[in-house]
Amino acid sequence: MNRQKVNAFFARIPRNLVILLMILIWVIPTFGLLITSLRPLQSIQSSGWWTILQPPTGSREYEQNCASCHGEDGKLIAAADLTNPELVKQFDRSVLLLGTLRDEINDQPHMGTQEIPDAQTAADIVVHLKNVSGVEKRPRLTLDNYVDALMGYRGTRTYAIDCAAGTPPLDINCNLSDLLNPRGMGRAFINSLLVTIPATFLPIVFAALAGYAFAWLDFKGRMLLFAVLVGLQVVPLQMTMVPISRVYAQLGLNGTLLGVWLFHTGFGMPYAIYLMRNFLGTLPRDLFESAYLDGASHWTAFYKLAIPLALPAIASLGIFQFLWVWNDLLVALVFLGSSTPVMTYQIANMVSSLGAGWHLLTAAAFLSMLLPMVVFFSLQRYFVRGMLAGAVKG
Amino acid sequence: MAGRPVPRIMQQGKLAPFYYLAPALIVMFFFIVYPMFNTVQLSFLNRNGTAPAATTCAEGRACWGVFENYRYALTAEFNTGSVKAFWDSFWLSSYGNTVKWIIIMVAGTVILGLLFAKLVDGIKNEALAKSILFMPMAISFVGAGVIWGFMFDYGTSQVQIGFLNGIITALGGKPVSFLTQPVLSTYALIVVGIWIWTGFCMTILSSSLKSVPDEIIEAARVDGATEWNVFWKITLPIIMPTVIVVITTMVINTLKQFDIVYVMTGGNYNTDVIANRMYTEMYINFNTGRGTAIAVVLVIAIIPFIYMNIRRFIAQEEMR
Repeated sequence: MNRQKVNAFFARIPRNLVILLMILIWVIPTFGLLITSLRPLQSIQSSGWWTILQPPTGSREYEQNCASCHGEDGKLIAAADLTNPELVKQFDRSVLLLGTLRDEINDQPHMGTQEIPDAQTAADIVVHLKNVSGVEKRPRLTLDNYVDALMGYRGTRTYAIDCAAGTPPLDINCNLSDLLNPRGMGRAFINSLLVTIPATFLPIVFAALAGYAFAWLDFKGRMLLFAVLVGLQVVPLQMTMVPISRVYAQLGLNGTLLGVWLFHTGFGMPYAIYLMRNFLGTLPRDLFESAYLDGASHWTAFYKLAIPLALPAIASLGIFQFLWVWNDLLVALVFLGSSTPVMTYQIANMVSSLGAGWHLLTAAAFLSMLLPMVVFFSLQRYFVRGMLAGAVKG
Repeated sequence: MAGRPVPRIMQQGKLAPFYYLAPALIVMFFFIVYPMFNTVQLSFLNRNGTAPAATTCAEGRACWGVFENYRYALTAEFNTGSVKAFWDSFWLSSYGNTVKWIIIMVAGTVILGLLFAKLVDGIKNEALAKSILFMPMAISFVGAGVIWGFMFDYGTSQVQIGFLNGIITALGGKPVSFLTQPVLSTYALIVVGIWIWTGFCMTILSSSLKSVPDEIIEAARVDGATEWNVFWKITLPIIMPTVIVVITTMVINTLKQFDIVYVMTGGNYNTDVIANRMYTEMYINFNTGRGTAIAVVLVIAIIPFIYMNIRRFIAQEEMR
């Protein structure tokens, strides 16, 4: 190909357009999930999230078929006030509405010379009437899905409606104790925290100690041991799970938090030590020498000098390990399972069970992403630094 | 690190290093070193590790003796009736899918990552643009699976609530069931993988782009080189070592990829990959021997790339 033509071609690509397109591809999926999680169940099923700004279902159909007599707001005919819930309840299904429309009123056809609408239009009008009369409100945005997901509600209406009507499913108590419902994301959120916090703290402590030894202590085979350790970084999770679950079965550690903490600690260790040693190794040597001359022991130098100075590295490591454990599915699946369902486990379960529709799934997914997103956007600098330091993490 | 002396002046007891290292070494031995060897051992035994694998051989069937689990791991998915049948069955197997994953995912993430890093380099909102692309790295594969499951949603009725099918039907096309059509499903999942990992590649490549000295690029421009030439002949060769690290790291990540497949299709509709098959054998079929044999195959596939990464690490350490 002619090089000049190629050059001209690439010079013409509007760079901003490509950037914009890529950003859209990266934003739209998450944005769609967020919008959907905030829409009422019926709206999610009947229209895509991108229609959110369009007029609500049925309002246009009402406008065309009914507004000329009943008025824009439905109150024009006092004897048939369409905002009256009692009246609307009489034809809360499209068949019933169609029946009413076919009947004559005062010996005149209900619809006059107009054609009677088809079933779909009638159904949409019913939705509209229920909405304006308050029989079944359908707001544009709602937090119902989040409440349902948090409480583990799997009924056909919403947690709020069922509890108000006094007809909740068996596993729902309609008070705050529902946050601990094993099927709910509230419980899963707590479980995720219970798993993640110790599984982040332990590796940091162990790695800081070992990193200090590798950086500032002298012992035989230091270099070799560290090289082996760097190699261990890339051992895949899958290679170690089977033997450990067999040992855990003998020790009774399967399904316990302790088992998961230890597994994440062991598995996160090579990367953590690598990061800590590299950071501690860059601290000026004079610092440690003068501390020692002043009579400090290694232990004092470690926790009074090395640790405070290593805080940026500890932050990087902490964020990295936190997100790794929080987002992990495989370890939770194998070692915890249903005994202590964490958020990822709960969502994976909701995907495969038919009981959970998109309204629950989108809300649950967003709940699980909330904390990582906050951590990520507030502490991104440390996260990126940690990642750049060890691109070979396994 | 090589040979960097520890200050002599800092005296220490003989056992001191051990106190600092012990907690880390103990957990690492128990959770990484011991299981690695044990996994290899189990892969030569039967489904619960009680007898040699050869005892599971059936009369009159192919049998590889002690390597029986490996026979299962390596050949069970293939139709060896003819070359053509083998070829067709290969591309529907977990191995064929893993090859598809590696080729498309690595190419996609590295090319898009490099493209984006280059395009946003120096623009006003560079940091913001980069953090948007990087965001999927912060959320779980499960969350990303839900996000994209919804993008790919396929409605059997008139209404399409999945964004992609929404576009297709708006343009007058027929909605597509992305995740259940064997010809499409694996590629649909790879799109999700690319969406997640491009930010990772972009971040690393971006920082290496910034380390290219401005003087060299300026000099080339002064000599009349076009931007295209500057990129291909100067920038790219300089950042090539980093590009290779990103490629090997992505190959390793892709080989281990499990969550996306598990959450979105469970390995059905011909989307199985090696890592998911290992999970299925071990924790759904409860066959330890076969599960560990697949794990060993997976690791053997990863080893060359690990080797490349470690060599790079040693070279880097020597330059310190």
